[in-house]
Amino acid sequence: MNRTRQLHAWLLLLPALAMLAAFTHIPVISTLFNSFYESPIAGKPGQFIGADNFRFVLDDDIFWKVLWNNFWYALITVPASIALSLIMAIWVNSRLSGRAIIRLAYFTPTVLPMIAVANIWLFFYTPEIGLINNLLEALGFEGQNWLGDPDLALPSLMVMTIWKEAGFFMIFYLAALQSMDTSLYEAAAIENAGRWQTFKRITWPLLMPTTLFILINALINAFKLVDHLFILTKGGPNNASNLLLYYIYENAFSFFDTAYAATLTSILLFILALLAWFQFGFLDKKVHYR
Amino acid sequence: MLRKLPSLGRAVGLSLATIGFSSALMAKTELTMYYPVAVGGPITKVVDNMIVGFEKKNPDIDVTAIYAGNYNDARIKALAALSSGKPAQLSVMFSIDVHELMDQDAIIPFDELVKTPEDKQWLNSFYPTLMQNGKAQGKTWGIPFQRSTIVMYYNKDAFRAAGLDPENPPKNWDELVTAGKKLTVRNSSGKVQQWGAMIPSTGYPYWMFSALTKQNGAVLMNQDGTETYFNKPAVVEALSFWKDLGSKHRIMPDGTIEWGTLRQNFLEQKTAIMWHSTGNLTTVKKKAKFDFGVAMLPAQKEFGSPTGGGNFYIFKKSSAEEKAASFKLVQYMTAPKQAAAWSEATGYMGVSEQAYQTKALSRYVDNFPPAAVAKDQLKYATAELSTHQAGRVRKLLDDAIQSVLTGEQGAEQALSSAQKQSDRILRRYR
Repeated sequence: MNRTRQLHAWLLLLPALAMLAAFTHIPVISTLFNSFYESPIAGKPGQFIGADNFRFVLDDDIFWKVLWNNFWYALITVPASIALSLIMAIWVNSRLSGRAIIRLAYFTPTVLPMIAVANIWLFFYTPEIGLINNLLEALGFEGQNWLGDPDLALPSLMVMTIWKEAGFFMIFYLAALQSMDTSLYEAAAIENAGRWQTFKRITWPLLMPTTLFILINALINAFKLVDHLFILTKGGPNNASNLLLYYIYENAFSFFDTAYAATLTSILLFILALLAWFQFGFLDKKVHYR
Repeated sequence: MLRKLPSLGRAVGLSLATIGFSSALMAKTELTMYYPVAVGGPITKVVDNMIVGFEKKNPDIDVTAIYAGNYNDARIKALAALSSGKPAQLSVMFSIDVHELMDQDAIIPFDELVKTPEDKQWLNSFYPTLMQNGKAQGKTWGIPFQRSTIVMYYNKDAFRAAGLDPENPPKNWDELVTAGKKLTVRNSSGKVQQWGAMIPSTGYPYWMFSALTKQNGAVLMNQDGTETYFNKPAVVEALSFWKDLGSKHRIMPDGTIEWGTLRQNFLEQKTAIMWHSTGNLTTVKKKAKFDFGVAMLPAQKEFGSPTGGGNFYIFKKSSAEEKAASFKLVQYMTAPKQAAAWSEATGYMGVSEQAYQTKALSRYVDNFPPAAVAKDQLKYATAELSTHQAGRVRKLLDDAIQSVLTGEQGAEQALSSAQKQSDRILRRYR
């Protein structure tokens, strides 16, 4: 009896497992495997070279630059988009007229494809004819070469990312807020708690599971979403806005150095696995679930 | 029974004939060709029409032309098809991919297919500067098809307003700086309303830079793509000049200038001069609300621009019949008549002198003289940067250029470090 149930369970899991194996696990293993070989040339497989690719990574200035860029990119965009989405969610959750319109307005950036968004922002950022510079100049400020200045290129990408991501995360917060038990707020009102106190003691703790979920998503996105780089900067000027995944793409499809791309991918996988482990193994225990 | 035999025989004969006939149909040589589109316009339709014309002339050849995205996509797709079971027999790909395709052992030289005197004549009919990127190790691997150069677009109205002769655009670097200073318009508080000139420095910085270096009498690499000359004094000087246009002469904005939005800048009269691909000619012609002109890029020691665009390649992994059929197709597509039609429809150059002598194209050029500038400039043109491991080497130069334009490094320092790294990459090919 127990054995048939076991068998049933495995049979039910099989389709999903097969898909995951074919499109996730086997590619991961072959990527790891390839990172110890040379790139194949002219259809002939490359030689086994041990850890040479990884040794080259240590010497690769651009790798360190893109890693550092990615670190800042995640560190700024993740908390900022989470904070912004929370504020927006609380705002559109309150009883105000026309809130459906505002919700829609906040959600619009999420509906647009990243490539389309990047094409729009390219013309926001461009000097001389761009929206942002024209606004600044109308107010009497100096315009900037947003994407052409190495100090501003990455921050400019960050702003666009935060704008794009916040609307998506808002939806999750909104759902969580709407499923909250109103009696807690009534109790708080009876106790004469202030707004900040209510938020700190009730709303924020109850939103923790949602926040963790969003945090995981935002962190993964900070490493895997590079579509806008193709349009906005191509990683330039001089790699000032280059991110790890875009650099991997360049190696694989522009330089045809598939082995080095595999090596970098292994490193990216390692970073993401580390983050996931931290989140599920450590943060998860600190979160209050109902 | 006996009487039925002949009819049976007839039936058998007929069915045998049918089999024979259908196998004759099967014997049609089938070709798959990938081609990229890097500029706007209904180019796929133009290609389809040319293919239909070819198939009508060669009923025994069946061509499937597949649009494959931009140059990068086309290369990836063609190489992927090669390693899969269903390869393409020929493709239009970036002219500068030649060394990499050779390293992949993917293509054959056209010299293997050229046999008759007519073939030889055809091979010699193209503009020599357009052939440069297709040649390596003394053989021809790529045939020019969709090719361009960089030209100077200028706003004649702005020239008039600045008291400059609109029919006499700057012909050398000094004139560019002097005219640029007059064309740079600042308001009372010193803010720039209109820049003198813009040279784009994202997307393809190395391409614009090869124009400046050629004008300063230098090239960036050797014909076999095994050496680069990034740290030569003339090259360093060219990059310093580019930087000076912004930081010293103040006729161009500081930092990098976006390739994608430059045309809009020019159309909205935020810059009086822009350097851009001839591929923009048709769009500028349609959208400019002012009087504009097109001229050759200015000279320093000489005139100069790199060529750009795509060549035809024939893949190694195909049968002798397929190679012969591919060769026929390439000859057809690059013949003067087709080259002329192609040039008129797209804005790309006619690839041979004969193309410009056709009635259609000569009439078009007469009516619209800017279309001839790219062709006239060809005598001074040079090959586009193309080496082994082209992507990596190109990025070294791109990064060096951008680091100088944004003021992170000096020209000498950036270029010698790029040269050192490029030497390390190219050493094993020498």
